[in-house]
Amino acid sequence: MLTFEDMRYTQDGFSLHADFTVRDGEMLAVIGPSGGGKSTLLNVVAGFLEPTSGRVLWDGQDLAGTVPGKRPVSILFQDNNLFPHMSVAQNVGLGLRPDLRLSAQQKTQVEAALERVGLAGFGARKPAALSGGQASRVALARMLLRGNPLVLLDEPFAALGPALKVEMLDLVRDLMGETGATLMMVSHDPEDAKRIAQRTVLVADGEALAPVETTEIFANPPEALQAYLGK
Amino acid sequence: MADRAFKITPLIRAGFGAVLLLLALIIAPLAALLWRAETPAVLGAADWAAVRFTLLQATLSAGISVGLAVPVARALARRRFVGRGLLITLLGAPFILPVIVAVLGLLAVFGRSGILSTVLGWVGLPPVHIYGLHGVVLAHVFFNLPLATRLILQGWLAIPAERFRLAASLDFGPRDVARVLEYPMLRSTLPGAFMVIFLICMTSFAVALALGGGPKSTTVELAIYQAFRFDFDLGRAALLAGLQFTLGAIAAGVMLRVSVPSTMGGGLDRTVERWDITAGWRDGLLLAAVALFLIVPLGMILIDGLPYVFSLPASVYAAAGRSLGVALVSMVISTGLALLLALLVVRLRRGGVLVESIGYITLAASPLVIGAGLFIVLFPLTDPVALALPVTALVNAVMSLPFALRTLVPAVREVEGTYGRLADSLAMGGWVRMRLVLWPRLRRPLGFSAGLAAALSMGDLGVIALFSDPNGATLPLQMYRLMAAYRMDQAAGAAVLLLGMSLLLFWIFDRGGRADADV
Repeated sequence: MLTFEDMRYTQDGFSLHADFTVRDGEMLAVIGPSGGGKSTLLNVVAGFLEPTSGRVLWDGQDLAGTVPGKRPVSILFQDNNLFPHMSVAQNVGLGLRPDLRLSAQQKTQVEAALERVGLAGFGARKPAALSGGQASRVALARMLLRGNPLVLLDEPFAALGPALKVEMLDLVRDLMGETGATLMMVSHDPEDAKRIAQRTVLVADGEALAPVETTEIFANPPEALQAYLGK
Repeated sequence: MADRAFKITPLIRAGFGAVLLLLALIIAPLAALLWRAETPAVLGAADWAAVRFTLLQATLSAGISVGLAVPVARALARRRFVGRGLLITLLGAPFILPVIVAVLGLLAVFGRSGILSTVLGWVGLPPVHIYGLHGVVLAHVFFNLPLATRLILQGWLAIPAERFRLAASLDFGPRDVARVLEYPMLRSTLPGAFMVIFLICMTSFAVALALGGGPKSTTVELAIYQAFRFDFDLGRAALLAGLQFTLGAIAAGVMLRVSVPSTMGGGLDRTVERWDITAGWRDGLLLAAVALFLIVPLGMILIDGLPYVFSLPASVYAAAGRSLGVALVSMVISTGLALLLALLVVRLRRGGVLVESIGYITLAASPLVIGAGLFIVLFPLTDPVALALPVTALVNAVMSLPFALRTLVPAVREVEGTYGRLADSLAMGGWVRMRLVLWPRLRRPLGFSAGLAAALSMGDLGVIALFSDPNGATLPLQMYRLMAAYRMDQAAGAAVLLLGMSLLLFWIFDRGGRADADV
């Protein structure tokens, strides 16, 4: 369970406040206007930014001082999710061992993960030889192997076409279902939220509002969301 | 990311070690010289003459190089022709060209029995004299006109193409384009280019050694050498060293105030699309003249030297072997120091600027000052002559450090900026990060820096001249001795050998960095 306990992050006149709890195993969308702090929220959870005040707790444990790599978190960024000089299999293998000294059994695990995301036999390729959708699948395979209970998506599919994006969202939903992991997904597209998120957090005007049922928030959008949606 | 806790890793600790080593190498020799200067020596008239000559030749060299480079760069920026890429590559070559080789080539063209004097003789004119101020300036222009051209060309190509398109749509003539687009660019580019070249010429030693001479054309650097080597007058050497360091520090201080453009990047293969120009014969003539100025001296060395390359005295080949060893050791030290410093600079962020400027201090520090100081430090401990080669390798490494830093700092910053968070999120730290992320991503700039350091060290004639005994010379020194003994054929043969080894070293390492480096 992820808890924002009166968490505030401030820098250079920018401020973000959050005070809510993410349920175990739920899929949560984070939407709002750009520059509102969606990515900041994820970066605080991932450990790239430290809260100015308040706490971020995982299962009651304060995450402060834990470096990003040691947090119970897998994150997919908007871009640069793969190392271009490593093969697909190596990129996925990093999810098991960051030093890539993989045992035979671990190599089998890498192949299985690739197969799960529909990329069986792609292990030897370099990222440059992949399409955008395939690159996303590789990153998802690595996420599977990391096996962290909390998954953060910072709009990794934003550059994909609509059909491909729907495909990736469905894959994410299935993977989350299989692993039981908790998901926080940043998006600027309300359709993404409607497709896979049970609840949605609106981030606007320096405040990450407490999560609301996705169907509810779009049926009765609060003022800030109305402004964002243009309705 | 800005507020994440700063962690002292072994690599960071090594980086701080590198900073300390660098500071020690710059400060300790100066302190040693001052300490050994027991009697407070007074600068004589000859010393002041050396100061004046140093400033005069550096000003002239930088002024002429930059002045000529403006039209050359403009021609290169706006003309497209066969061989343009080759010419730009050629403009990069003098940087790794051993100074003494170029001097020999210039002698073959402009010397007493060179081409120019021969042609003048046909029409009954006396031969030209290359020794003295104009010889020193000529050699400096030979080296720095290409550098200045590349610096200014960079400025031209940095003007966005859209501006020229806008200018064309507004029916600007060449004069309007110059006023609105080109003068502002030159105003911001020229001071930096001038100062870089001024600094290079101020600390240049080999050119002054070979083409200067006589009390009227002695630089401070050369005076240090003479005080040290011929008179063993440590007091005077120390005073001159302090003087040289002060001049260098002032010039470097000025340089840090003006922005210095970079030529290390690529992207010079572009031309600016222009609509305001017509006939190109003037540009063509100019570029042809510059190409000849660069090619003919080198061509003369090849013609004179190639027949002798394989029949040189054994001492020359032995010197070549020593030079190769010095170059490789120097390359390892320089690249290693630069990588550690670059990592530290990027990690430290704000303090990084300070660390970076320490790395650049050596641009102003004179190799002879460091060399002479180290001699004094080592003298009571051991026989400095026995350490001539290691000391040379070390000093050469420090001298090529600024160029390595200039290449590696932006490269490390880019890798960390693009993949740093990904590596962090995957818990790739320390050595794993070095092996799996930094090393593969930095192979190109590392190869380039290594090649540069090796080639610069291979061709360097500086500290070694202070220390070495007759049996411990490097190839450039051996070549200089052949020239001094008027064995010009053998000197030309040695020059070809030296040139070949320098270029080959650069090519091998630069190439090695590029080999199957993925996007």
